[in-house]
Amino acid sequence: MAGVRGYGGGIVGRFSDEPDEYPGVKEYHTARLNQIEGFFYTSDVLRKLADICDEHAGGLFNFHGSTGDIQILGFKQEEAEELFQKCTHLGFDLGGSGSALRTPSCCVGPARCEWATYDTLHITDNLTREFQNEMHRPTFNYKFKIKCAGCPNDCIASGARSDLSIVGVWKANIRIDQKEVAEYAKKFDIKKYVVDKCPTHCMDYTDGKLTIDDSNCVKCMHCINSMPKALRPGLEKGAQIRIGAKVPMVQDPRLGFILIPFYDVNKDKEEDYAFLKDLIQKIWDFWDEYGTNRERVGELIQRVGVGNFLEAIGLDPLPEMVEYPRANPFIKFEEYLVPDDEEEGKEG
Amino acid sequence: MTDEQKQKIKEFVVNLVKEYHGKKRFKPQDLEKEVEQNFQSENITRKDAKAAIKELTDNGELIYGYAGGSFLTLPEDQTQ
Ligand code: HEM
Ligand code: SF4
Ligand code: SF4
Repeated sequence: MAGVRGYGGGIVGRFSDEPDEYPGVKEYHTARLNQIEGFFYTSDVLRKLADICDEHAGGLFNFHGSTGDIQILGFKQEEAEELFQKCTHLGFDLGGSGSALRTPSCCVGPARCEWATYDTLHITDNLTREFQNEMHRPTFNYKFKIKCAGCPNDCIASGARSDLSIVGVWKANIRIDQKEVAEYAKKFDIKKYVVDKCPTHCMDYTDGKLTIDDSNCVKCMHCINSMPKALRPGLEKGAQIRIGAKVPMVQDPRLGFILIPFYDVNKDKEEDYAFLKDLIQKIWDFWDEYGTNRERVGELIQRVGVGNFLEAIGLDPLPEMVEYPRANPFIKFEEYLVPDDEEEGKEG
Repeated sequence: MTDEQKQKIKEFVVNLVKEYHGKKRFKPQDLEKEVEQNFQSENITRKDAKAAIKELTDNGELIYGYAGGSFLTLPEDQTQ
């Protein structure tokens, strides 16, 4: 077994099947270290980390693993404790692995990117500190990933691969600078490359003026990405919370669906993300109670039905909570059945 | 939860893991549920169970293993 005392995760153990033939890689474990949000490191800390990696492991790093963590590869169990202690003295704690919360991760967000609608780095740091126990002491049915993207470009693919994904969105109209639009018009055909490619056809460009019917904009970012100087996200900024995505390499990847269409994350930040933390706890309680071993939360929701899930976590159903447009026109509303039954009872 | 209760819970958990050693792998949440059930009359919650188990893993009386899922086991498994 591979690990350090008190922690149920953070060290990924790998043993060779042929230890006699390949004694050098008899044990080849990996340590996951919490990455710094936005991946900012001083050269000094990297040198010190490299020294630890040379002394106690195979001299090989992974910056960064698909989980987001820094990974130090190729050490033996007998080195684990000292390697870990040295890393903590540098300020790095272990990340998550096993049936636990995986190290939350984020895009670079407002640190370098003007499109971020909220502080992805701050929320990721806050959640990581809040849920230390869930990261280091695995009690879940399976892994749980939280990833925060600052805008719908979703540079960390949170919507595709995290059980809970937080993606920046805005409510007010896309801000248009017509002068800059005219500049772009000199460089390329706006109608062909931007307006006609809008997925909901909610844009128009006539007589040199660009207009957007924002009520039909699905925030795909295409127009903004194409003309960043002319278009900017709307000012009423928040995020969308999606649930249930996962990307196993072998089979059955799935996208999440929208759980909260507009989450006022900037306001929640002032309250130490109380709303979000409460929501996450409710989701975990439900998953803990009804999930089976190795069942991701998205699979559980599919098995028991979105209705039951929403009821358990105390959210009302909304039209936005769809995975795909419905094919079956028949809808059964249970609350309408109850009075009927009662009436029948009275008559009978 | 009093210190005395915590001690009792810790003994209960370790004994359970010992009793089933080699027969059943307890996931941490299995153990929490067992504690909750067994100490129901004393109003012991999941949180209390987690806190007691945390002490056991912190001082090395139990360690985490991983085989398709995380479980808690005795330190002598470390050598296997
Ligand atoms: C045929 C051999 C292997 C297969 C099929 C395999 C498969 C996988 C898969 C599917 C994942 C992704 C798991 C996820 O969904 O998060 C993964 C991750 C990982 N594997 Fe392997 N693996 C193999 C060999 C190895 C070896 C030899 C090592 C180490 C020496 C290793 C170390 C890791 C690590 C550290 C991760 C986490 C990577 C990250 O987070 O970026 N694997 N492996
Ligand atoms: S997801 Fe959006 S905010 Fe984050 S780095 Fe990418 S473009 Fe910028
Ligand atoms: S963001 Fe996408 S949907 Fe919205 S106006 Fe631009 S291209 Fe159209």
